[in-house]
Amino acid sequence: MYVLELIFLLVFRLFYINLKNVIQFLFLRSATPINGVVDGRIIIVGGIVNMAMTFAEKLLAAYSGNKNVIPSQIVTVHPDHLLTHDNTAAIIQKIKNELEEYGVCSKSLSIIVLDHVIPAASEKTASNHKNIRSFVKSHNIKNFFDVGVGVCHQVVVEKGFALPGKLLLGSDSHTCSYGAIGAFSSGIDRTEAASLMLTGETWLKVPNSIKMTLSGKLQQGVFAKDVILHIIGDISASGANYCSVEFHGDVEQFSIDDRFTIANMGVEMGAKNATFPVDKATKEYLDSIGIPDGAYAAVYPDKDATYMQELDYDLSEIIPMVACPHTVDNVKPVSEIEGLEIQQCLIGTCTNGRLSDLQIAADILKGKEVKPNVRLLILPASKKIYEEALKMGIIETLVKSGGILLPPGCGPCLGAHQGVLAPGERCLSTANRNFKGRMGCKDAEIYLSSPATVAVSAIHGKVTDPGEEMKK
Amino acid sequence: MKVWKYGDNINTDMLFPGKYTYTCSTAEEIKPHLLEDLDPSFSKNVVKGDIIFAGKNFGCGSSREQPVVGLKAVGIKVVVAESFARIFYRSAINQGLILIECPDAVEAYSEGDDINLDVDNGKIVVGGKTFSFPKLPKEILAIRDAGGLLEYTRSKLKEKR
Ligand code: SF4
Repeated sequence: MYVLELIFLLVFRLFYINLKNVIQFLFLRSATPINGVVDGRIIIVGGIVNMAMTFAEKLLAAYSGNKNVIPSQIVTVHPDHLLTHDNTAAIIQKIKNELEEYGVCSKSLSIIVLDHVIPAASEKTASNHKNIRSFVKSHNIKNFFDVGVGVCHQVVVEKGFALPGKLLLGSDSHTCSYGAIGAFSSGIDRTEAASLMLTGETWLKVPNSIKMTLSGKLQQGVFAKDVILHIIGDISASGANYCSVEFHGDVEQFSIDDRFTIANMGVEMGAKNATFPVDKATKEYLDSIGIPDGAYAAVYPDKDATYMQELDYDLSEIIPMVACPHTVDNVKPVSEIEGLEIQQCLIGTCTNGRLSDLQIAADILKGKEVKPNVRLLILPASKKIYEEALKMGIIETLVKSGGILLPPGCGPCLGAHQGVLAPGERCLSTANRNFKGRMGCKDAEIYLSSPATVAVSAIHGKVTDPGEEMKK
Repeated sequence: MKVWKYGDNINTDMLFPGKYTYTCSTAEEIKPHLLEDLDPSFSKNVVKGDIIFAGKNFGCGSSREQPVVGLKAVGIKVVVAESFARIFYRSAINQGLILIECPDAVEAYSEGDDINLDVDNGKIVVGGKTFSFPKLPKEILAIRDAGGLLEYTRSKLKEKR
């Protein structure tokens, strides 16, 4: 065993451990059992080798039945859940024969949420929904959420499927959102989702990890959305490609809603997953949805874990930001494009359609009016949020000021229906993507910002920095 | 054979607009919309055996697999890029589309260069210059050799029987 461990370390760790430390390790290992850290990655406890691991390494080691794993290692895993949405129709079509012959591997693995084109926009999308409902029925799928429950990622979190230390995969790129709760979650394609439905198993490459330390306090008028836009602008749309991003530092100031916004956009910098440490706020949130402490086991990175990159951000220096067309990393301070006329505004989506987002918008819009030539679309991210917003009078405020309420779903976010833009139009949106054509028209422009920036801008009919307005 | 050259951050909406995600799923339905908003000449003129050269972060954005399915269906032999986005990369493995991550080869390419490819040995020759790229791990080659992920899964299910 001893020899095997050494070979393992020498072969795989050579890029991470300098030779001096390996020699030191050999020397220490041959001596009497000792406790201590030899280098960043190897801890010896009573003579047993334990490598210090990041969040992703620790979690994937546990899910693959390994004591240790290292970046680039391929592991076989059985995720706790598999998320699919409207694309379930295409997924089950691929494996029609296999489903008949073998059935699904588990009735509780899949979480299916109809959200992307709801209510159906055409005969084709209506038929897709119908096929999914009949699949759910014939295979007794336990976790099915029909049209109107909410955007898939919000539903997964709200219904308590995403728990600390759990592994979730989903055929949607923003599956990385559940890092807000301390889960490891990542997007896959439809084919892989089909395969998972049948076998419950897939492979993952252990990612390198990036540690992002956020310190200080946010200024007034600056929100989680500005933080993640600032970060993406800094490290670029591919800056965290294939990596696991861990947030450290003064993160206790961020609510679960804030963390959701930040983790959600992890994929916009290429990340495989983006995660926050489980703390009091996480526990309180889970408690509020009826999940007791004992129902999960949080995974924390080891203190001495090795990161591919470490980045520090001073939150107090961040100002309201906007991602300009047509890439999410084309980030500028809002003040730089202030005055730019807009025809449509959108508050919602899996990035910013939560109660706190709607509340911020309502506080700004109360007693004011949306500029007459601007359409302000409001999409609560779920029925639950919708109901709470109704009870609190938030919806009334938003509608009174001129907001147009859409059903809790993806709506205009992907350009399939509702709120499609015309050529030459500009939309300021709280969504996560501003790609050319994303909102259904290649000759339109999409700008991304926080709900506060969108609300303030809706009043003026042009891009406006929320800083001054919020002080009023 | 033609080489199609594109820049950085060619995202999934450029490769296949999101508005068609729930109306087109077969290869035939996907083909006419490939790169529609970025380069309308692509779907009209692409032929089997063509190659794509691109910059950083090719395939970023959505998890939709229509871009990969479409590129495979029109006969794209290989996409050579400085880097690929993660889900796209995974999807290409699942569909059996060959991707090569090789920034030097992308940089070396100029119009009219001859391209030779030896995937099994991890070599690509661009205008007479040879570049190496890492071979895929054996677990992943097994998926490719089976003809894609669904074929791989089917054979595993049969074995279990
Ligand atoms: S709201 Fe937009 S980004 Fe979120 S899941 Fe729906 S389409 Fe995707």
